[in-house]
Amino acid sequence: MLRGIAALLFFQLLGESLVFLTKLPVPGPVVGLVLLFAALQLARGRGRDSAPAIEAAAGALLGNLGLFFVPAGVGVVALWGVVQSEGAAIAIVLVISAVLTLAVTVWTFLAVRRLLGRKAGEA
Amino acid sequence: MRSPVDLWVYLSTSPLIWLTLTLCTWIGASEISRRLDRNPLANPVLTSILFLSLVMTIFDIPYERFFEGAQFVHFLLGPATVAIAVPLFRQWARVKRLLLPIAAALMVGSLMAVLSVVALGSLLGLSDEVMISFLPKSATAGVAMAISASLGGNPSLTAVLVILTGIIGALIVTPFMNLMQIRDYAARGFAVGLTSHGIGTARAYEVDETAGLFAGIAMALNAVATAAVVPIAAAWLIR
Repeated sequence: MLRGIAALLFFQLLGESLVFLTKLPVPGPVVGLVLLFAALQLARGRGRDSAPAIEAAAGALLGNLGLFFVPAGVGVVALWGVVQSEGAAIAIVLVISAVLTLAVTVWTFLAVRRLLGRKAGEA
Repeated sequence: MRSPVDLWVYLSTSPLIWLTLTLCTWIGASEISRRLDRNPLANPVLTSILFLSLVMTIFDIPYERFFEGAQFVHFLLGPATVAIAVPLFRQWARVKRLLLPIAAALMVGSLMAVLSVVALGSLLGLSDEVMISFLPKSATAGVAMAISASLGGNPSLTAVLVILTGIIGALIVTPFMNLMQIRDYAARGFAVGLTSHGIGTARAYEVDETAGLFAGIAMALNAVATAAVVPIAAAWLIR
């Protein structure tokens, strides 16, 4: 567990450092995610599965993912004025954007899958 | 002997009480959600935020003081984001088999999640600060908040918009997909994970195992895609 946490923090540190040095407009933890994924693949390429060492820590964190956004969420009390004055517009954008995103994502996925399926059928 | 009032004054200024309260609130909220069969309206993130906000308001606690305790929980957003690499690594074989549908849906979906906010937000006259905070709302909270902060948005507002997007997606996905007569659970799961990150993924797992798996994949991929798309959209907006 402790090793897993240390590994996750280490890759976050790598990510943050890389972002700081290169001024990439991407959050450090995302770069850390990509680096950890690459490291796991690399280790597998050499015949080693390093995931179990991190799995317990990763599972504990991902199983309680929601908890970690509570502190920031409480901060919305401090910006109640903004939310109130633009509340109706915010609600409309939230709902329409969610419907549009769901729709185009599922249609694109299905269209490409069908296209590939047909080709595979012909071959 | 000191009075209980002195004790309250002493405790309310220390981080310990707010950290403890945050954790206990989360445990209670998760239990309520479990007992209500994970009804999206009883989402533990939403109920925790509402309850803690109520406590802060009633006892007139400044947010900064609450955050002194809660920051230890907040800090874990970073490693939790990195941890997404593990399920992605585990499921990579399935991802590779459907690489083209996944790549195409990811590209179209992450663009729609951001551009629909730009279009609708301009139409409805959202302020710049709200708009920037709004853009990354389909990414998982840690990523969305980091993007928002780096572009001059308000991470707290982003957190709330992320959570609301999660709940809305989780509520509408099943009736919407049934209405559209879509029975491909990989596609359904991918769409809700991309749109509604962790909250959508939790919902997908309740409906179907395959849907849950693809929702998790979509959440991980869209965290990366959103981090790439939003800075471009924001630069264009602020221009």
